[in-house]
Amino acid sequence: MFNTFKGGMHIPDHKELTSGKPIKALDGDKVHIYPLQQHIGAPLEAKVQKGDYVRVGQVLADSDAFVSTPVHSSVSGTVTDIKPYLHPSGAKVTAVFVENDFTYEKYEGIKPYNIEDMTKEEMLSVVRNAGIVGMGGAGFPTHVKLSPPQEKEIKYLIINCAECEPYITADHRRMIEDPDSIVDGIGIVLKILGLDTAYVGIEKNKPDAIKVMNEKASIAGNIKVCPLKTKYPQGAEKQLIYAITKKQVPSGGLPADVGAIVMNVDTVSQISKTFRTGMPLIKRVVTVSGDAIENPSNFEVYTGVTFQYLIDNAGGFSKDVRKLVMGGPMMGIAQYSTEPPVVKTTSSILALSEEGGNYDDYSPCIRCGMCVEHCPMNLMPLYLSKFSVNNELEKAEEYNILDCIECGLCSYLCPGKQGPLHNIRIAKQKIIENRRKNK
Amino acid sequence: MEHKLLVSSSPHIHQNESIASIMLDVIIALIPASLMGVYYFGYKAAVVIITAIAASVLSEYAYQKITKKTTTVSDLSAIVTGLLLALNLPVTIPLWMVVIGSAFAIIIVKQLYGGLGKNFMNPALAARCFMVIAWGGAMSAFVEPFVGYGADAISQATPLGVLKGISEGTIPSVNDAFFGVKPGTIGETSGAMLLLGGLYLLYKRVISWHIPTIYILSFGVLTYFLGNNNTQLSQLNFTLLSICTGGLLLGAIFMATDYVTTPTTKRGQVVFAVGCGLLTFVIRRYGSYPEGASFAILLMNIATPLIDRYIKPKKFGYVKKK
Repeated sequence: MFNTFKGGMHIPDHKELTSGKPIKALDGDKVHIYPLQQHIGAPLEAKVQKGDYVRVGQVLADSDAFVSTPVHSSVSGTVTDIKPYLHPSGAKVTAVFVENDFTYEKYEGIKPYNIEDMTKEEMLSVVRNAGIVGMGGAGFPTHVKLSPPQEKEIKYLIINCAECEPYITADHRRMIEDPDSIVDGIGIVLKILGLDTAYVGIEKNKPDAIKVMNEKASIAGNIKVCPLKTKYPQGAEKQLIYAITKKQVPSGGLPADVGAIVMNVDTVSQISKTFRTGMPLIKRVVTVSGDAIENPSNFEVYTGVTFQYLIDNAGGFSKDVRKLVMGGPMMGIAQYSTEPPVVKTTSSILALSEEGGNYDDYSPCIRCGMCVEHCPMNLMPLYLSKFSVNNELEKAEEYNILDCIECGLCSYLCPGKQGPLHNIRIAKQKIIENRRKNK
Repeated sequence: MEHKLLVSSSPHIHQNESIASIMLDVIIALIPASLMGVYYFGYKAAVVIITAIAASVLSEYAYQKITKKTTTVSDLSAIVTGLLLALNLPVTIPLWMVVIGSAFAIIIVKQLYGGLGKNFMNPALAARCFMVIAWGGAMSAFVEPFVGYGADAISQATPLGVLKGISEGTIPSVNDAFFGVKPGTIGETSGAMLLLGGLYLLYKRVISWHIPTIYILSFGVLTYFLGNNNTQLSQLNFTLLSICTGGLLLGAIFMATDYVTTPTTKRGQVVFAVGCGLLTFVIRRYGSYPEGASFAILLMNIATPLIDRYIKPKKFGYVKKK
């Protein structure tokens, strides 16, 4: 028996395209583009000016707000421009352009930290100043996550290696190729939280990663590897916490309410690198895959390169692309251009030849109930969708629409291709807006 | 290469299943029982089946043309309705009745309520009940299997009527009843073929085991303990005969599992199935009709919105209100 949750289902994952491909380190591009919004939280202010010379690891933008983290240059060179530019979210966001001089001169003052002598507060400020955010895709500032409210007792540190989204293998490869940084990073986070044990949840479709992590865990002694059933959305925060602790995060609550903190494996690995070398978050692993990519690959890249640069390095497109996605195919963001830059939360770039998600030509709901049967939050998406279309927001709330985690399984399963999640999102947004207005 | 990129909200992939593929699976699952019907009752059965399907599809096409709606004939649901209705008819039925019944199913029961997905009763079942009420004689003019080949077939009572003691005739063995050598509608005579179709639907995950199993079980238990009014048969024999005769299997496997008119939650489906079993038993045991499955399922169809409203899954992270 493997740990899991109720609902969900296994969907074809296509991970075989890249799961056997070692992470290839890519050189930087000629120009790197750094949007000033790469996290959830307060906006940043540019700290450099056009014409400035910047070095690797230098802060480009920062903010005084607690819920924010700085953005750093991943290359050395001259700031050529600061202007709005296409962000993976689809909006235009102010971005700093740095022309790479390919010398990779390190910013002064970047040196390893001595963890033994540091207080919890000092360590948290290192995490913040290194610009570390949840690298699984959410982009929530890590130092905020590691500072839960005083009254919440944290008992579980859970490392999310489920990687339940199809296609993506970045975390998988990280576990196989660089387990030591993960183990080291876990040790650092445990010290910050004052805990003894971390739980590492890995889907059982990655037996090689489970084996490696088990070996490392038996040496380290502070890690418990928990194999998980291969099922989407096993890596969703609430579902993962339940699978490992059998505790349900209360509706509207946070993981801290059941004493849990969940971190992405790549984030933990970055924490190790930051403390051991002093270098902030300037690189990440990106899976470039999909049926329309010539040579699907896992890359380690400097942030700020364009998607086009990664696609070129993966051999370009092999056939007509109908959909380009940043992130997984279930929750990622569709792109209308190959020009946005890789940001801290870019876990993958997918080029798909099918245009799945075109809801113009849909059939009626035949109440097959598949969305109800598989909803990981035990909701009734068919009714939520209907209430949204009819603008019956009160009923939608009564049917717990705000509990939806937007995993997309209902839309994936719907034989009528109705896109219930699309409708649910619209209603959720309206409800949240109304609440804000009435405050 | 110029790429026209589509932007839409996630998810960006979908499973292949469509409404037409589900309907096709149901049609495939009904083929064994249909072939058996033709084998037992002759080419006339095939004529009834084809007439019902053609009338259903044409009704849908004509209605949607006249009301200027998008034609949805390609989703195959009208074919399923026509086929199911035909399997619910005796082979001796006049063809004009078949045409009117099919049109009733498609236009009155399905399209007037908004088309596929909006109808609150199973169209084929509602049409069958309409026909039973409108043309009681023609709808109960059953013949023995293989007799249909001959020119002048003599109407026979169904084993159900005989079991109930309201008509004269021979009671088949459980074996004959299960494999189909007995008078009845075109599709209901062979329990074995219906089960085969049901297994196919289970395998293709079009239906789950809940409704058919619980429906048949609840009906069986009630019949075993309260149903036997025939002194010549043992409790078990009577129960098995009751399950294998009449429209129970056809109803439990193909009608009570209709997505549109049944609850969407598993717990709701259990309530629905128990209700079907109970009502079928009550109608067969105490009502004036020998057959109860159709009316029982229709009544539970009507109760479905209520069941779905009150039996909801408990949401993840549910907190008791203080």
